[in-house]
Amino acid sequence: MVEQVIVHGAEWTAKELFVYPNEFIYWSIQIVMYPYMTGLVAGAFVLSSLYHVFGQKDLKDMAKFSLVFSLALLPVAMLPLLLHLQQPLRGIEVLFTPHFTSAIAAFGIVFTAYAIIVLSEIWFVYRRYFVEQTMALKGKTGFGDIVRRGIYHVLTLGAHDISAEAVAKDHRAVTVLAAIGIPVACFLHGYAGFIFGSVKANALWMSPLMPVIFIMSAVVSGIALCMLTYIIIMEWKKFKAILARGRGDETVTVIAGVEMDVMSKASKYLLGFLVAAITLELLDIIFRGYTAMKSWDILRDVMFHEDFVKIFVLQYGLGNLVPFVLLLLPGVTIRRLVVALVLILFGVFMMRWNVVIGGQAFSLSFAGFMHYHLPMIPHSLETYKEGLFGALTVAVTPFVIFWLINKIVPSLKEV
Amino acid sequence: MKSHVLRPLWVAIAFVALVLLARYFLVPDDFGVHGESFTYNFYRAGNVQEWKDFPVKFRGTAVCVDCHSENGEMLAASPHAAIQCENCHGPGRDHPETGEPDVMILDRGRALCLRCHADLGYAGTSRAAIPSIDPVRHNVDSACIECHAPHNPDLEEME
Amino acid sequence: MTCSRRTLLKNAVKGAIAGALPAAAFRLLSPAQARSAVEDAGVRWGFLVDTARCVGCGMCVKACKLENEIPYDAPVTRTWVERYVVTRDGRTHADSPMGARDGFTERKIHGGEAIDPGEVVKAFFVPKLCNQCDKPSCVQVCPVGATYATGDGIVLVDRSWCIGCGYCIMACPYGVRFFHPVHKVAEKCNFCYHRITKGMKPACVEACPFGARHICNLKDHDDPVTRVILNERVAILKDEYGTKPNVFYLGLDHNVR
Repeated sequence: MVEQVIVHGAEWTAKELFVYPNEFIYWSIQIVMYPYMTGLVAGAFVLSSLYHVFGQKDLKDMAKFSLVFSLALLPVAMLPLLLHLQQPLRGIEVLFTPHFTSAIAAFGIVFTAYAIIVLSEIWFVYRRYFVEQTMALKGKTGFGDIVRRGIYHVLTLGAHDISAEAVAKDHRAVTVLAAIGIPVACFLHGYAGFIFGSVKANALWMSPLMPVIFIMSAVVSGIALCMLTYIIIMEWKKFKAILARGRGDETVTVIAGVEMDVMSKASKYLLGFLVAAITLELLDIIFRGYTAMKSWDILRDVMFHEDFVKIFVLQYGLGNLVPFVLLLLPGVTIRRLVVALVLILFGVFMMRWNVVIGGQAFSLSFAGFMHYHLPMIPHSLETYKEGLFGALTVAVTPFVIFWLINKIVPSLKEV
Repeated sequence: MKSHVLRPLWVAIAFVALVLLARYFLVPDDFGVHGESFTYNFYRAGNVQEWKDFPVKFRGTAVCVDCHSENGEMLAASPHAAIQCENCHGPGRDHPETGEPDVMILDRGRALCLRCHADLGYAGTSRAAIPSIDPVRHNVDSACIECHAPHNPDLEEME
Repeated sequence: MTCSRRTLLKNAVKGAIAGALPAAAFRLLSPAQARSAVEDAGVRWGFLVDTARCVGCGMCVKACKLENEIPYDAPVTRTWVERYVVTRDGRTHADSPMGARDGFTERKIHGGEAIDPGEVVKAFFVPKLCNQCDKPSCVQVCPVGATYATGDGIVLVDRSWCIGCGYCIMACPYGVRFFHPVHKVAEKCNFCYHRITKGMKPACVEACPFGARHICNLKDHDDPVTRVILNERVAILKDEYGTKPNVFYLGLDHNVR
């Protein structure tokens, strides 16, 4: 078998002026997707915890949904890494021989811990439902019913007591887990920021602010995604109900769709974290410009010249400023909210792009540039994995997983 | 009935145990800290010998002149004395023991010579001490070796 | 199943798990194997580059690629040579076409402009390779222990263990690392470890006709190359990163990137 000679990164990197021979954009679109997805995970969980821990009653319905969605996002957080690794089958080595001086080694432990917390919390929330389902499906003979009963039976973990006392214990456990989970979720994403912030060789990445900036914008993206998905689902249900009514189905009750006061409560948190994220990022730029270290000349060229549109127009302008205004102006409607949320999600994505790709836009020589051309139409495994379609695969998968999980753990209706 | 609250914990511990079990079988025994620090010396010890066993390709001029003494002597007396045989003829590898390569590379192209002899115009560098030509003007249709014998390139002593 | 049998089963499982945990942890963290595998502590490899002697012929790059099986036509290399041309207008032009695999045969700066020799104030060539640092930032960031420093100071990559994440490549301030195009793991210069441990010289040192590259044992103060490093004025690259490199340069110009 002729082994393929592929210089990883050469396909989508264009060099300009003086760049070291071995430099290519090695960390491309999947490394942009990875912090984006873990950010959504962290944000969704924090949103859910706002209800469970801080008793924000308005957020009750969204809390259940965002908790399950956080679980759907979790395996997807691993997907970009598996698509990026040159040796994906060896990925498990981070659990076997973790070299803890590396921020990436923390991944195995933190990811596992977080998965355990989310799974446990969901178990406690739905345990009563699992038990009720095993009782309701008892005696049914259909194959699907038998399978479903089997699944629910396993999921009860043998704890069948659904007395008021036992369920109260469940609720207490949920509160504890939600509280523990917040710092773990923050750690899950904070360490992703540390991965970049601790690389002293990269003039753009190296900054103690990086982990904090990442966490703030992660929470922003998580809240925004949950709000957006929740709106879409509730409005769709309302729409279906209206249609059914229209066809004469009297049994359907038209639900009110999304509650505006729930949304405006969530928006306030969104705005708070958004302000924090922007403040830190601007602080970073101002400091760099003021101290003007050796790397400042090339960084200035990259930020204010090469990537000006990506940073100031797309990320700060469309992604931060416009939604900020949209959310603050009085009389917020669902439509305006949706626009603001989509722009925020786009803005956070651009932030990841500008950090990951932007950090590789200049050479270690500080005397040359590298331009990234995202592979659009895949013509090989590599241009699929690290191209547009690879990114789209990652973006779509959480919704597919959520749809599957939702069949076992329904999060959009009262159970 | 005992409290059910710790059940997820047992599941978690079972998972961790599974990982450790897999690690026992899949991680080589010589993996560990072999040196002063966990930061810089955490590795699989057997790999060091694997790198030591990497096949050598370039044998060195001393090995070539054992058989090719005439060319060796000529070269040693010429301005090209410092150039290793394998620089132009490629690595010796197992030549001639196993016939791999059977014959050494005979590169008759201009590019090989231009590495040193293309005039770049940098006065004051060690390159300026090497006789050089302008590659786009100097006998562009000929190979260098049509006039300059590689083992004895001095035109004054050309036969 | 009665309560007592269930309890017994549960306790047996718990006990087995509790026993497995420390047993598994022990082996991984045991430093007891340390001393036996440490290389001869009397050797610490170092390298000397004399930039005044380098003419940019690129024979070192060619030899390295062939010796170390780096695909010849791939634009990656374990070692390379950079050309710097400083012109009268105060600008510095630098290039390294294919890492100088084919030498420098054109006046035109690769990816830049043609330069009139009359405008050249100074020009020189700078060979570069892995610095085999004392505090390699690339080793620090490897998540799985696939790259490491040996007892004699060489930083190696375990090709069978590397997961190809690229963190080490991002962490190296000198840009010496890359992904091997065929093996699909991290790759870099290792001073031809397979040669130096047999008493031979690295392929690039052997190939250089002008004596611009030298290898030495920094612990052997009788080694003439080591004596140059100890007694002459030598420089290192990018010392602000604290990596403590072991490649020393004679005649390193302030324009060198």
